Amino acid sequence: MISILAIISVFLIIVILFQVSKIAELVTEVKGEEEAIIRNNNLQANLFIIFLVVGMIAAVWSAIHYSPLFLPASSSAHGAWIENMFFWTWMATIPVFFITHVLLFWFVYKYKGQPGKLAYYFSHSNKLEILWTSVPAAVMIALVVVGMNNWYKITGTAPDDAVVIEATGMQFKWDLRYAGKDNVLGKKSVRLISDANPFGQDWEDQGNMDDFLADTLHLPLNKPVLMRINALDVLHSFYLAHFSVKMDAVPGIPTQFWFVPTKTTRQMREELNNPEFNYELACAELCGSAHYNMRKVVVVDTEEDFNKWLAAQSPISTMFGPNAKTAENTTADTTQTNITSL
Amino acid sequence: MATTEIGLDHHLSNHDDHEHHEHHDNFFTKYVFSQDHKIIARQFLITGIIWAIVGVFFSVLFRIQLAWPNESFPILETLLGKWAEGGKMSPDFYYSLVTMHGTIMVFFVLTAGLSGTFSNLLIPLQCGVRDMASPFINMLSFWFFLIAGLIMFSSLFLENGAASGGWTSYPPLSGLPEATKGGGMGMTLWLVSMALFIVSSLMGGLNYIATILNMRTKGMTMFRLPLTIWAFFFTAIIGVLSFPVLLAGAILLIFDRSFGTAFYLSDIFFKGEVLTNHAGQIIEGGSPLLFQHLFWFLGHPEVYIVILPAMGMVSEILSTNSRKPIFGYTAMVYSIMAITVLSFLVWAHHMFVSGLNPFVGSVFVLVTLLIAVPSAVKVFNWITTVWRGNIRFTPAMLFAIGFVSMFISGGLTGIFLGNSSLDIPLHDTYFVVAHFHIVMAIAAGFGMFAGIYHWFPKLFNGRMMNEPIAYIHFWITLIGSYCIFWPMHYLGMTGVPRRYFSFNEFDTFGVYGDLNVFITVAAIVVFCTQFLFVFNFFYSIFYGRKMKTLNPWKANTLEWTTPRELGHGNWPGAIPSVYRGAHEYSKDGRDYTPQHIPDSQLDNYNPIIAEAVK
Repeated sequence: MISILAIISVFLIIVILFQVSKIAELVTEVKGEEEAIIRNNNLQANLFIIFLVVGMIAAVWSAIHYSPLFLPASSSAHGAWIENMFFWTWMATIPVFFITHVLLFWFVYKYKGQPGKLAYYFSHSNKLEILWTSVPAAVMIALVVVGMNNWYKITGTAPDDAVVIEATGMQFKWDLRYAGKDNVLGKKSVRLISDANPFGQDWEDQGNMDDFLADTLHLPLNKPVLMRINALDVLHSFYLAHFSVKMDAVPGIPTQFWFVPTKTTRQMREELNNPEFNYELACAELCGSAHYNMRKVVVVDTEEDFNKWLAAQSPISTMFGPNAKTAENTTADTTQTNITSL
Repeated sequence: MATTEIGLDHHLSNHDDHEHHEHHDNFFTKYVFSQDHKIIARQFLITGIIWAIVGVFFSVLFRIQLAWPNESFPILETLLGKWAEGGKMSPDFYYSLVTMHGTIMVFFVLTAGLSGTFSNLLIPLQCGVRDMASPFINMLSFWFFLIAGLIMFSSLFLENGAASGGWTSYPPLSGLPEATKGGGMGMTLWLVSMALFIVSSLMGGLNYIATILNMRTKGMTMFRLPLTIWAFFFTAIIGVLSFPVLLAGAILLIFDRSFGTAFYLSDIFFKGEVLTNHAGQIIEGGSPLLFQHLFWFLGHPEVYIVILPAMGMVSEILSTNSRKPIFGYTAMVYSIMAITVLSFLVWAHHMFVSGLNPFVGSVFVLVTLLIAVPSAVKVFNWITTVWRGNIRFTPAMLFAIGFVSMFISGGLTGIFLGNSSLDIPLHDTYFVVAHFHIVMAIAAGFGMFAGIYHWFPKLFNGRMMNEPIAYIHFWITLIGSYCIFWPMHYLGMTGVPRRYFSFNEFDTFGVYGDLNVFITVAAIVVFCTQFLFVFNFFYSIFYGRKMKTLNPWKANTLEWTTPRELGHGNWPGAIPSVYRGAHEYSKDGRDYTPQHIPDSQLDNYNPIIAEAVK
């Protein structure tokens, strides 16, 4: 009922405004057009100046007001480089934003029309064109050079000692598989997936024997981590907001992203004064109805704690592989025969 | 008719000459199956406005969900039935709304409303042509557009809802009919509709190019063309070269979905089983990235298809209402040309984190940031055009000034997104949403409003729109648009991803409750304000004030030499010849010097009013 009333009142407001405007237009015709034009020019010019001043204040105020909610300083090594680029790009764009807006609205205000006046005929100036072609070009090239430098470092080959972890996206969750002691991820294939081999691992590959699964993404402090990213069904995107990490997970095309975590979860909790704080893994590529709900907790430990945690994990092979020791042994056996028959 | 009677005057007394252009149309041939470019322009515009109401309304609906994710609104259940049981919208429906909002606004509103409407209206009128090169194909262009629209519209009423894979429709999400609720018939209709839309665009574009190149009136050299025409010309070129690529992409996707091919599919495990072909073999070898390349090869030029006509019209309107020549006409032409060429070489900047080879990405960074250069040139030229002008604040002028402001604000954030390293944290966050809405959606919308207010008398028999209501419309829309999209930058700085049904599942993203409410309220206010425009528009068609003179804005271009009520053929007598460029305002002490008056007759037509200002 309230909604209907709201809709009706909006409609009535529109009708009233419309009628008032029509009357205003008629009044203008009676009072003389020239005077009305001058009055309108003054009004609009003043409104533009008010808009400029209030708008600029609102922009600055709101940016300061909301900045505590922005992501804290990045928790990865390359995140710091990106922040540096952010800084320089802000330096290049904020002055342009203010200067062009001030000029635009100031000119609009200053040169409001007066009947009988003639504008200044100024059709071109090659000097000016060269100036404002070359300066933006130089700034852009500087930004590209800095950007490329970082881009190649970020996307370059991961260090050999990087901890290898695999993230597999599917509707609507992430599977996390660690490479284990040998730091080699065992081969896998979608064609091997079955109830008895839920991750499609190829048990002929010894690399698979020590791989283990985790529900939480544990990362070691100050050590490179190589994420191997893939997807089972549709596109997903492996997204760690606090680490400036984002890479699509593509069925059929493995992707990767390596980075170095630089702050433990505990450090962040102290820094933000929030004992509840957790790093989070999200999906950043539309993947269906629960796209917004593919959360996993990420924990960064000191190397010591990380190693302790590693030691406590048990490989997938103990549950599903050929050497499985659990109650599901029987199914595991049939899986094995299936694989050999392949 | 072929006499070169110079200085053809625009007196209404020419009506008697009208005889040999009369076609004795009935209602259907005149207003429905019309081949007159002006009627087709009206058809595109009115269809576009209806689509705009639908498309923006969808955004209001999903903004309600984002502002109040935990509350239920019984009215939603009344309106939407099973899609909002208990007054709460379902995620499937949310994603359908997002998908349809994007598709409708980009293709059916902005492409049709700008290029479809104004290319059709202005190319013949400003070039001095009686009609398009092929009026029949021009008519077909509209009818394909309408059918595409009707198919898209009908998909909204399907049992399982409309397509919900995003306006980009990336496979495999769009390639697997069961991956989303609307992925079956909804997605099929989406693809069919897009294919028809592309056909429509191609027919329109070919016509525009042919007309501009071959049919300009005597004396109208390319470098005397108004910037509007240059913009429409390059827009059409972009469309003709890039739309076929999307058509190919869409057809391959149709094949993947319906005929068992695997262009985009590979190694897929879905709903508990491996995707196999008819022979039970696993499907492999396709590439989801292929679709992204094909899609963005159109998708990125598409934003220039939307923004270039707006730029052209804004250039013309700023110049006319500042009573100054557009500053750096040649530079403006070459910058449009540069944007056109570069627009084909930037598509992969949408794919920096898609798994693309980093080297390929780096090439696209360079080209993407370079496209900022011609854009910057345009902005500086607009600002200099206003400088020392004698500005008349018509509603069109206000929207043109608003356009420049929006284009600056949105363009600058593009410098962040175009740099691949910075794109890593920003990609697919609200920073992107803020960027492209400001620079492309709102700016293009402003260009469209500017065009409608400026050329309304040429669209609808010499009637004008109500101005006071237009001023209210402008100010609320300008302030409201900034209120909607400016705060989204802040969400982006917190890394809040776009296309999220709710932000509360994550500690990191759920911190903006109040700001999301603010954005939604602003969106509702702006949406309601647009009805002022809609009212004004339809009211003025029938009851608007008649313009007092044939050239109400004292403009130089040829469309203002036509009579109040335009017949098919535009000029009752001979087509005027052209003697100079289109933007000669305040030259040699004359307020304006129309293109069609030869130098020798200028004094009779348009006396010097003041000493030229040096």
